[in-house]
Amino acid sequence: MFENIKLAFQGIWSHKMRSLLTMLGIIIGIASIISIVSTIKGTNEQIKQNLVGSGTNAVTIALYQGDWTFDLDWNAIPEGVPPMNDAVRTQITALETVEDASIYTERNYVSNVFYQNTPYNGALRGIDRHYLGVNGYSVSLGRSFTERDYQNYNKVAIVDDKVAQSLFYGENPIGKVIEINKDPFVVVGMAMQSSENTPVINSLSDYDLYVGSSSGCVFVPDVHWGSLYRYDEPQKLCLKATSTDDMTAAGQKAVSIINSRLSVGEKSDLSYQSNDISKQANDLQKLTNTTNMQLIWIASISLLVGGIGVMNIMLVSVTERTREIGLKKAIGAREGRILWQFLTEAAVLTSFGGILGVAAGVGLSKIISQLTGAPTAISIPASIIAVVFSTLIGVVFGLLPAVKAARLNPIDALRRE
Amino acid sequence: MLLNCENVCKDYMRGKLVVPVLKNVNLKVENGEYIAIMGPSGSGKTTLMNLIGCLDVPTSGNLTLNGENLSGMKSRRMADVRNQVLGFVFQQADLLPGLNAIDNVALPLLYRGVKKKERRKKAMEMLEKVGLSDRMEFMPNQLSGGQCQRVAIARAMAGDPQLLLADEPTGALDSQSGKQVMELFRQLNQEGITILMITHSQEVADEADRIYYIRDGILTAEKEDRAK
Ligand SMILES: Nc1ncnc2c1ncn2[C@@H]1O[C@H](COP(=O)(O)OP(=O)(O)OP(=O)(O)O)[C@@H](O)[C@H]1O
Ligand SMILES: [Mg+2]
Repeated sequence: MFENIKLAFQGIWSHKMRSLLTMLGIIIGIASIISIVSTIKGTNEQIKQNLVGSGTNAVTIALYQGDWTFDLDWNAIPEGVPPMNDAVRTQITALETVEDASIYTERNYVSNVFYQNTPYNGALRGIDRHYLGVNGYSVSLGRSFTERDYQNYNKVAIVDDKVAQSLFYGENPIGKVIEINKDPFVVVGMAMQSSENTPVINSLSDYDLYVGSSSGCVFVPDVHWGSLYRYDEPQKLCLKATSTDDMTAAGQKAVSIINSRLSVGEKSDLSYQSNDISKQANDLQKLTNTTNMQLIWIASISLLVGGIGVMNIMLVSVTERTREIGLKKAIGAREGRILWQFLTEAAVLTSFGGILGVAAGVGLSKIISQLTGAPTAISIPASIIAVVFSTLIGVVFGLLPAVKAARLNPIDALRRE
Repeated sequence: MLLNCENVCKDYMRGKLVVPVLKNVNLKVENGEYIAIMGPSGSGKTTLMNLIGCLDVPTSGNLTLNGENLSGMKSRRMADVRNQVLGFVFQQADLLPGLNAIDNVALPLLYRGVKKKERRKKAMEMLEKVGLSDRMEFMPNQLSGGQCQRVAIARAMAGDPQLLLADEPTGALDSQSGKQVMELFRQLNQEGITILMITHSQEVADEADRIYYIRDGILTAEKEDRAK
């Protein structure tokens, strides 16, 4: 076997030009497939990164009525939806794919918050002790909520950087007093999401859902929510998955835990659902995949042509080497040995072509990304599959010439000059 | 008895025409004999040798080699017989151009599955025997015609065959190299190898224990010299 491969290499080397031309079809086919795959992978990774952000891996779980989020402003507090307590949170954080979780209550657009006489129209959230951490916020000015704030019902608030801009016009927000439902709250801190945790794509409507609200957010300890709004309003849950790939699974598991506590009756269309950005990213990726799969089929035609070229040149080679084959048979080489010799030669030729093709494809995708700015990412498994596949092409298209060589009548072979 | 040909016939088809090339050939060869076959061009000498050499099958008649009937033999077994019982020397030396002298000589052993180290050892031994110990690593295109033929003989002998078949081994050589090759054959025969040799040269044939003549596909022991 090893001997055969060595001999095959010698054969290829002694006909450099011919071998290269024979391999060209394979090289072009593999190179285009590799560059297409690299572009697909690059695009997918970019979509994922843009949409999901690289840091938080946050999944939001909210109460839905049918296909729509349950509207707190217009609906009475639903029957059979118990408030989530620490026990639920513990159960969810115990999941393998969940790093941390937070329970909070939220109004997306409030009209009862003022600073001096300026109304504030952004989001208001009553948050537990974990919220800021789970969502990748860091307190850049002042302080975070303390245990004492929660225990003593301190009327304190944290604003995000957007609110600091829109409500306080860039002045230091710390110490300012805002009115929520006519109750004064002292701003004790300013929090912002670090930039790497912020999605880059702004055009998707779901973007707003993810960051909450584009006009900023005011946070208060969740202990005030009952007196500010209503007691026992359905909360939301936000969890941080261990990795981007785990987001969907973690969300689904958490949803089933939460839903198992509901007692809304069979006919109700109330249920908790996860809003998972990675799911949407997957849908987008599927779209790019299907268009690019068609390109791969087209590139495969070039592989077919390359394979036929290999078959052609191997047939020529068998004819040329008739005398060598006859001699080997006369000396006692079995048919199987001759068959293997030509099969390995074809396979070595095409796998060598495949390796060159992968190299060319990698180079090509680098050039493409330089020229067009399209992202590319080299896929190691795809490269390995490409080489294996080109070896297979050699075996398939080398079979006919190899059988022809093995079946050669030694007499005819020896008589040929 | 090493070889027994009984009423061996071989026809070739030329289109729809049946051309008989060998007609009822009978030939017995004992172990250790040195036999020459002579005859004009086209008389069927190579055809007979191909039949004996398990490279072709007769149209009718029986061939037994070493007690084994060759008719109805599987092609795989025929390859093994060629490899283990027979050694071939052709008119042109027919070395593989990509292999050096040692690797060419070791080829039959490779097909037999002998380990590389042993193969080389045996090949070197054989090359020494044919007087080429200083040309072991040479490629065929670096050797003269006579040297190539001696390498080919070494290759035929490397597998320790019982029967050495030679088809005009001196045909392409000058008289000096031819003499060397003939000397080699005589030496091998003295060591006990059975030799069947085709030749056009009376001088070469005279070396043999027995001479057969073939004319129009008929084998005889007598020289039928009509020109006399
Ligand atoms: N495959 C074949 N098909 C048809 N006829 C053939 C075939 N092989 C050989 N012959 C014919 O058989 C006859 C004997 O050929 P063969 O090669 O045995 O002659 P030869 O005695 O070896 O001659 P030379 O001394 O020239 O080598 C020739 O007439 C040849 O044309
Ligand atoms: Mg002949």
